[in-house]
Amino acid sequence: MLNLSNVETYYGQIQALKGINLEVQEGKIITLLGANGAGKSTTMKTIAGLLKPKNGSVEFLGENVTGLRPDQLLRKGIALVPEGRAILSSMTVLENLEMGAYHRKDHAVKADIENVMQRFPILHERQTQMAGTLSGGQQQMLAIARALLSKPKLLLLDEPSMGLAPLIVAEIFKIIKEIKDAGTTVLLVEQNAKQALKIADYGYVMETGNIIIDGKASDLIVDPRIVEAYLGRKSTSEQALVK
Amino acid sequence: MLLEQLINGITLGSIYAIVALGFTLVFGVLGIINMAHGEIFMVGAFVGVMTTGVLGWPLWLAFAASIVVTSILGYLLERMTLRPLRGKKGVSHLAPLISTIGVSILLENLSHHIFGAGNKPFRTEFAEISIEIGQVTVYIVQIVIFAISIILMIGLSIWLSKTKAGKALRATAENLETASILGVDTKKIITLTVIIASAMGGIAGILVGMAFNSVSPQMGLAIGLKGLAIIILGGMGNVKGAMVGGLLLGLSETFLVAYGDSGYRDAIAFIMIILILLLRPQGIFGSKMAEGR
Ligand SMILES: Nc1ncnc2c1ncn2[C@@H]1O[C@H](COP(=O)(O)OP(=O)(O)O)[C@@H](O)[C@H]1O
Ligand SMILES: [Mg+2]
Repeated sequence: MLNLSNVETYYGQIQALKGINLEVQEGKIITLLGANGAGKSTTMKTIAGLLKPKNGSVEFLGENVTGLRPDQLLRKGIALVPEGRAILSSMTVLENLEMGAYHRKDHAVKADIENVMQRFPILHERQTQMAGTLSGGQQQMLAIARALLSKPKLLLLDEPSMGLAPLIVAEIFKIIKEIKDAGTTVLLVEQNAKQALKIADYGYVMETGNIIIDGKASDLIVDPRIVEAYLGRKSTSEQALVK
Repeated sequence: MLLEQLINGITLGSIYAIVALGFTLVFGVLGIINMAHGEIFMVGAFVGVMTTGVLGWPLWLAFAASIVVTSILGYLLERMTLRPLRGKKGVSHLAPLISTIGVSILLENLSHHIFGAGNKPFRTEFAEISIEIGQVTVYIVQIVIFAISIILMIGLSIWLSKTKAGKALRATAENLETASILGVDTKKIITLTVIIASAMGGIAGILVGMAFNSVSPQMGLAIGLKGLAIIILGGMGNVKGAMVGGLLLGLSETFLVAYGDSGYRDAIAFIMIILILLLRPQGIFGSKMAEGR
């Protein structure tokens, strides 16, 4: 569905992506792991059109979409929930949802907004409030709900669990699973490698602008290199808890 | 007479509010003060003088002509002097501001060249018509100005809060990147914003011409600085702030002239800037963050 080949993206003179090759298959959850500063967000922004790659190409549904603007890519079916959520804080919750369906011209928008608010009752409750007044977890739900209202074929989620309480994190992962089951392909960037690999079908690991490992999620979760680098400390502390 | 001064103040204030709205819309979306806005306003006023005075067109047609001319100016301003500087590497964030200063100098001198220095009278058939309500004299022109201003302000507010394009404008004003990933063609919205702001400037130009019965190539600078004072007072990029700030300035100027020293009239705006920057730098309605636009 999505194919990145040899993508190189720069910030001025600084090269953040050094030739990324990545494939996302339809109907799957693909996760992108890696330490802070590895280039995960840069990859997501390049796919969504916020950054233009200097070299390489991005192909979506068999079409070369390299260098298109974000609004053009959204119309093709790629929606991004950026790191830090990017809520429109001076607009109401309802207006944020309406902006999610901005490009749609069909008549199901209203019904879809109703449905989304049914799925996230808190958004229904708070619909007339400024979105900036929501808590972090609520804002993340709003950001995801808003992106879903564009009816994307591919949903890009950049660290959706960042800074949220464990209970909310579990809820977010549940939602991501639901989104996949409803037929939307997901590319998920996560710090929380273990949880991400649990729901993902395939995973990539980045380091300083390169993809260093990729494989089936079920293989990665037991891969010693990954366990050591990304699951290590956490799993030993969990083992300590068990003992 | 207090009531008469109140009416004068509100009339003047509502014109100021419309000028300030043009500033605030552009500031909200682009983050710069459009220093050419005053001169676009001046061109709008001259279009009014030419069409009514020389060509003898009816007033409504003069408004239409002014809107068309200033909209085109707004479009050219964005396409030729602002967009080429946007998002370019190595371009200072002050560059677009300086670019608008260039346009303002160009427009002022152009109209100086075409129309000559000095004031031109603005004649409308009902400029002299007034009605007496008890002791109070009200000019029809004042009522027209006030009505047009109110319609513009309410219209703009409804457009911003209820329509798809208005919401896209607010989203773009809050965060360009976010708006773009939600499917907003931000280039289009920015162009639209500059056009709307310029057209409002053109309307305000005719209104000022009617209110003071004169226009001059220099009028843009004075009103531009006042518009700037108003949005600093009301809160940069804040629509409500522009309206309230405009009315406040119009009222205080009028009352100073009536009951104080008229020589200080033009100083009020700048005293207001100094006070507000000392006491509440974000403006009356501004918040410290980018909220509340
Ligand atoms: N706006 C920027 N300007 C310059 N360098 C940046 C910018 N954003 C990110 N970088 C750099 O690019 C690299 C990758 O960053 P990023 O993609 O945000 O990493 P991740 O999301 O994996 O934490 C880092 O070295 C970071 O410092
Ligand atoms: Mg990141």
